[in-house]
Order: sequence, then structure tokens, then C-alpha cells
Amino acid sequence: MGKISLEVNGRKVEKEAPDNTLLSTFLREHLQLTGTHIGCDTSQCGACVVHVDGNSLKSCTALAADVNGSKVTTIEGLETNGKMHPMQEAFKKLHGLQCGFCTPGMVMSAVDLLQKNKKPSDKEIRDWLEGNICRCTGYQNIVAAVKEAATKM
Amino acid sequence: MKDFNYHSAKDSKEASKLASSSSAFLAGGMTTIPSMKLGLATYKDLIDIKNIKKLSGIKVSGKSVTIGAATKHVEVSNSKDVKKAIPSLSSLAEGIGDPQVRNRGTIGGSIANNDPSADYPSACIALNATIHTNERKIEAAKFFKGMFETALKKGELIEAIEFQIPEKSSYQKHPNPASRYAIVGVYVAKHKGDVNVAVTGAKSCVYNDKDMSKALTGNFSSSSIDGMDLDSSEMNTDMHASAEFRASLVVTQAKKAVDAC
Repeated sequence: MGKISLEVNGRKVEKEAPDNTLLSTFLREHLQLTGTHIGCDTSQCGACVVHVDGNSLKSCTALAADVNGSKVTTIEGLETNGKMHPMQEAFKKLHGLQCGFCTPGMVMSAVDLLQKNKKPSDKEIRDWLEGNICRCTGYQNIVAAVKEAATKM
Repeated sequence: MKDFNYHSAKDSKEASKLASSSSAFLAGGMTTIPSMKLGLATYKDLIDIKNIKKLSGIKVSGKSVTIGAATKHVEVSNSKDVKKAIPSLSSLAEGIGDPQVRNRGTIGGSIANNDPSADYPSACIALNATIHTNERKIEAAKFFKGMFETALKKGELIEAIEFQIPEKSSYQKHPNPASRYAIVGVYVAKHKGDVNVAVTGAKSCVYNDKDMSKALTGNFSSSSIDGMDLDSSEMNTDMHASAEFRASLVVTQAKKAVDAC
């Protein structure tokens, strides 16, 4: 048991949690931020991707204790005053989702990509989304959405 | 996942002092955490070594590239110094897993785990690496002992990996399309006196293929290993590839690597 102090979506949080608490569990069960999804739980599907200190990671494979003191951004932290983030807008506009389960992780990965590469090619987008699995869309509209968002960010 | 005590060590001394027969060092956790979640491994204590400053960073000298054990794959793939000194090492790092794995996974963790399909062990063998631990220096050729086995003793911590800069080198991987682990990966490095052909993914542990090394030392051209019939009796067979296919892939990837040098 230890104290976990994080800044999550701009808000400081401090909670006691057992040492074996995963970041995904901490976000979902201790902070009720259930936008971060747990899909495979074996760090393959990417539904749990969040940003820690500006970089994307799979929150099901990081201990909360391990990222203690960090700044975390989840899918809930992307909107500004009720207005969707350009990446969310683009996913909506171009039908980059069907069931939506993978979408939070997909969007968080894609936002990280555009932070590092402002104008990615189709191949760069596909390579970057390697760790995010979608079983509905066939990825075409996801890639189109990321390209669209790149023109707005 | 069963409960454990999490510790964050300040230096190598503290880390090894905390180590016991029921502990593990935690770096990126890309294997440790999934193994613990699946119940394949249980520890009483996890000793986080990422906050030990000395363990991160890249140093390049005239002859070698030294990478701290807790340096992440993304740092190796983005390093201009690595790209300049050993471009194949930078591209190897870029091909590990996916961006989120590369943002967390570390070189020391990969080597300590010695997964038979991991990428970095082949770099260590091909580039005559020296593994620096808190106790000694170990030659790569004596470090990788077998499947998930290394020469590390309990409580012994890898601090850095020193790679010899080769004249030419290339790493060619035939990746599993899902995990990006190597079904077969071959790292060819031409040094002043000889050529190393390190193979990962094919057997239970990384190895230097002596026959191909000899042929390429004599004549550094892919034609000198063309059609080589490797013994597949010790090669892995699984749902992804048969031993015979792997034996053939090793030659194909080695030829590709030589041509890319």
C-alpha cells in the first residue's frame, strides 16, 4: 500500500492504493475515469493507451506506483470546455469507429503521433497504430481521421 | 495479479541490497508485468531501477557505443549518435513491438529477460558487446546461457551495454505479424578481422552461426552463403513457422543483411 500522487487531466489527485495496482485500474476504479478501456489486458490491443508525461503508454502494463508523480492525460482530458478535440471530431466525422471500444486508445495514440510528427504519411500512421487493434473498421477510416486531424491541429 | 511490495531504488547498491530470492528488478516491465498478471511469475518485491540516473543514457566513443541499462527503446531509435555510429542498432530499436512498448521497454530489461525471439540479444552477439553489471563485465558470448537464462546472479544488476562499432552491419528481421517479435532475426556485423552472424528467434537462445560467419569472413558477399543448408534439428517449431522454414529463413535474412550492409 502506498500513496499515489498524480496530475490527471490537469487535476491533482492523491490516493492510497495497493502496490500491485495497475495504472489502468487506478484510473478506472480509483478515479472513476472509465474512458480508458481494458481490452486484452496483455498489452497488445491498445484500448488502454493514455499519456504519461507527454508520451503514450499502455496503462494496463504500468503500475500506478511506477508512474507516481507524473502528469497523466486520459481520453476524458482531451476536450476543452465541452468541445471535442480535433482528433475526436475527425473520428466522428469520418466514421473512424463502429463499436467504439478501441477508440479511446486509438485516439490517444493518434494524438501522440501528431505531437511528434505533424504531417504523417499513411504508412507512418499505420506503423504508429501498430499497437492499437480495431476489429470493426478495417482501419481505413481511422487512418483518414488521423490525416484529417493533422490538418486541424 | 498477486500483491507485492514496490520499491524504487536510488542507486545500484540499494537495488542489489533489496534483492532476494523472491524479488525482481523492474525496468520497463514490458515482460515482467504481463508475466505477473498471467501468474507465470510471482515476486514478493519488485525493485524499480528506472529512477537510478546512472542507468540511463547513451555514450559514444571512437570504438564503442555504451547504452545505460534503463535506456528506453525510443531513446535508442531516436539517438542521432547511435544512428551515426551503428545505424543498424538504431533501426533494430525502432522495430521492437509498437510505439507504446518502445516508450517503456528498456535495453537492459530485454537482455536480462533473454527471450529467444527478442531483438537486442542478437545485437549483443553481433557487436561483441560487453555487459557491465554492478559486479563485473561479461562478454555477450558468455552472457546468454539458454532460454530466458543469463549469466546474471541473483541481485546482480545490468548497468550498461557496450557495443563495439563495426565496419558495417545490418539487422534483418522476419517479424511475427502480430507481436513483431522475430520469427527469425539475423544481425550481421563485419568487424576488422571477422564477421558475426547472430541469429535470434530460430533456436531456444540467440547464437552466432559459425558456418555463415566463416563463409562471410572469407568473402563478404551474400553469394558466399547462398543456398546454405543449415541444420534445423535444434530449431523451433511452432504455429508460426516450422524448423525447416526457420532454417531457410535464417539464410534468407542473413543474405538480406549482407546486401544491406
